[in-house]
Amino acid sequence: MMTPKILLSEKKVNIMLNRLCCQLIERHGDFSNTILVGLQPRGVNLLDQLIILLNNSGIQDLHTGKLDTTFFRDDFRRNERTLNAKPTEMEVNIESKDVVLIDDVLFTGRSIRSALTAIDTYGRPNSIELLVLVDRRFSRHLPIQPDYLGAQIDALQGDKVKVVWSDSPLKNIVYLEKQNE
Amino acid sequence: MKTLSVSHLLGIKYLKEEDLHLIFETAIHFKEVINRPIKKVPSLRDITIANLFFENSTRTKLSFELAEKRLSADVLNFSATQSSLTKGETLVDTVNNILAMKVDMVVMRHPNPGAAHFLSKQVNSCIINAGDGTHEHPTQALLDAFSLREKFGDLSGKRIAIIGDILHSRVALSNIYALKMLGAEVRLCAPKSLLPKHIEALGVSVSFDLMKVLNWCDAANILRVQNERMELSYFPTTREYSQAFGLTFERLNQLRKEIVILHPGPVNRGVEITSEVADSPHAIILDQVENGVAVRMAVIYLLASKLNIPIS
Repeated sequence: MMTPKILLSEKKVNIMLNRLCCQLIERHGDFSNTILVGLQPRGVNLLDQLIILLNNSGIQDLHTGKLDTTFFRDDFRRNERTLNAKPTEMEVNIESKDVVLIDDVLFTGRSIRSALTAIDTYGRPNSIELLVLVDRRFSRHLPIQPDYLGAQIDALQGDKVKVVWSDSPLKNIVYLEKQNE
Repeated sequence: MKTLSVSHLLGIKYLKEEDLHLIFETAIHFKEVINRPIKKVPSLRDITIANLFFENSTRTKLSFELAEKRLSADVLNFSATQSSLTKGETLVDTVNNILAMKVDMVVMRHPNPGAAHFLSKQVNSCIINAGDGTHEHPTQALLDAFSLREKFGDLSGKRIAIIGDILHSRVALSNIYALKMLGAEVRLCAPKSLLPKHIEALGVSVSFDLMKVLNWCDAANILRVQNERMELSYFPTTREYSQAFGLTFERLNQLRKEIVILHPGPVNRGVEITSEVADSPHAIILDQVENGVAVRMAVIYLLASKLNIPIS
């Protein structure tokens, strides 16, 4: 039985989203050479919220994409499940662009590794950065770290960190679902 | 997580409707992949696939080979004319010898109906039927239905005509199974000598009047006259066949609406279809070829995901 516990309240998540936007603006200016890429499925929710906040800050005409990494994952044929893909929408040219990969929770780092391989199939970007809302510390399997970070969280291996997304940057909550409680 | 209900692709008959939808959903993703600057994914880098073609093929063989390479599989190609079959080796022996070289999947085309089914019972491997005699050609039906779905969306209630040599066509039988499963209405049109007896039992209607069928349908799948399978004479002359059943621009212009034209290839220009029609915007023949790679990638990916790596 999983018991959900609030890790980050709506207010805290909203403050973090605003801070992440400010950090992005600081680094990327008018975003003319930048592409924000949300990783399917839940990185896309985070991307949508960032787009709202960046638009509110007067930054329009953002270049964005949605990337699915299913066919690049390293656990194909390693369990009974078939890995089903989600839509990829990358209608932008990433050649020589600054790409920011966006995901909700950074855990083992394996999804990000597959995203780094997947993004390569669209060309050679100038740089790739990583933005995550939640970083689960001490659980990485690969040498991958975020460039922009909402919060760091300590959770046990079997626990689940779950972000419940809404349509508004004001109403998102991060839960911890503990196992065996 | 959705998965296929079968471990081999022997024919559309053995699939469920959910399987078709899963294959189409996956093929949409692979179609996006093959339109990227780098058209390759690493999913099947530890899988080896043997393409066994005991019968001539251009499109299907190239399409399967490309699909396998786009998935990063290792590919072995085998054609009957250069093999030990000519020295008297049996099919099961040939395949078992190939499998002994650590091959994971077999794509097979064979002139005998039921060959893929037989092989799936005899050898321990995943079999994909790439056409077995006059029986089934499941990946062709899947790519035809996928191409139609791109044009129409849901095929439920859509009217699809299959015109030409139904008797010798594995494409026709697989198409009938697939289209009926997806809820389409199917009408066949051919000379009586090129229609199998009791074909209506599959839930299709039959007509001998080409213009009536063209006026009825939303899309027409034009089949080739398979002279190589004809031991008898099924119609007096090719000219007479094309006059009665050939698709011409004049006939299309007489219709009250626009219809979509499919052809599985190879096209006999001037027999079942004129060059004007085959090259017109009504025809989606080249879309079918492009979709063929994506659909075959989907089939191979979904079947391969059932081959678990033995982790000791």
